[in-house]
Amino acid sequence: MYEWLFYIFAGLMLVSGFMVVANPFTRSPVASAMFLVVAIVSMAGLFVMLNAFFLAAVQVIVYAGAVVVMFLFVIMLLNPVERSRRRGWILGVVSALLAPAALVLLLLKAFYALDGGDIAETPVLEGGARELGELLFSAYVLPFEVVSVLLLAAIVGVVVLNKRETE
Amino acid sequence: MIGLEQYLIVSAVMFGLGLLGLVIRRNVLVMLMSLELMLNAANLALVSFSRFNGDLDGQVFVFFTITVAAAEVAVGLALVIAFFRKRHSAGVDELKSMRL
Repeated sequence: MYEWLFYIFAGLMLVSGFMVVANPFTRSPVASAMFLVVAIVSMAGLFVMLNAFFLAAVQVIVYAGAVVVMFLFVIMLLNPVERSRRRGWILGVVSALLAPAALVLLLLKAFYALDGGDIAETPVLEGGARELGELLFSAYVLPFEVVSVLLLAAIVGVVVLNKRETE
Repeated sequence: MIGLEQYLIVSAVMFGLGLLGLVIRRNVLVMLMSLELMLNAANLALVSFSRFNGDLDGQVFVFFTITVAAAEVAVGLALVIAFFRKRHSAGVDELKSMRL
């Protein structure tokens, strides 16, 4: 049961991740955003299988709820027109495949020699809101406060970048 | 049997897909989505390390990563909008100077 769920979620995530970057049917960014939702929700399923319940909820709320909606707003606001492909793009795609393929092969070679242990033998830790909150407000208070400053910086940056000149 | 290796392999392939999208697509919005895919792949690796190590520190780290990713998307989309206002395009081919 666990294995089947893992394969379903992982396969769905990888297929929709591929559809985000290289959809063979359409090049519309809206389709990419929709497949991004599918990839994110299946990753939330993987988080649940890893006992990270709070993070699965945060993943769905923040990514599928906020980030993708922001992408869709910008797509519909700008309505970018896709240019036709230029000459020689096949050569470009083939050479662009090299870097990710080399990186993935290197990582897989490193993971192949790994002995991670069985999921049935490691102790189960519930990653609920209470456990994460206790850790967040005891050992990780300083990073938590720094993140609040980062969010403030992001807000100020967005406002400054899109301020209309009034003269 | 599903162990740490399987999760890490899925995470690595996902990261490779995101990197591929960042390299081959010329639409800035799709490039930002590929960045999100790469960040998600790193999150999956962190959560699985946390699960198989038996502590919650990795999950707290993922919490911070999600916050930073949300801030990054907000600033990135603001840059795209400012760029689109000047050049009326969302392609990276027009992005030739540091000044907007």
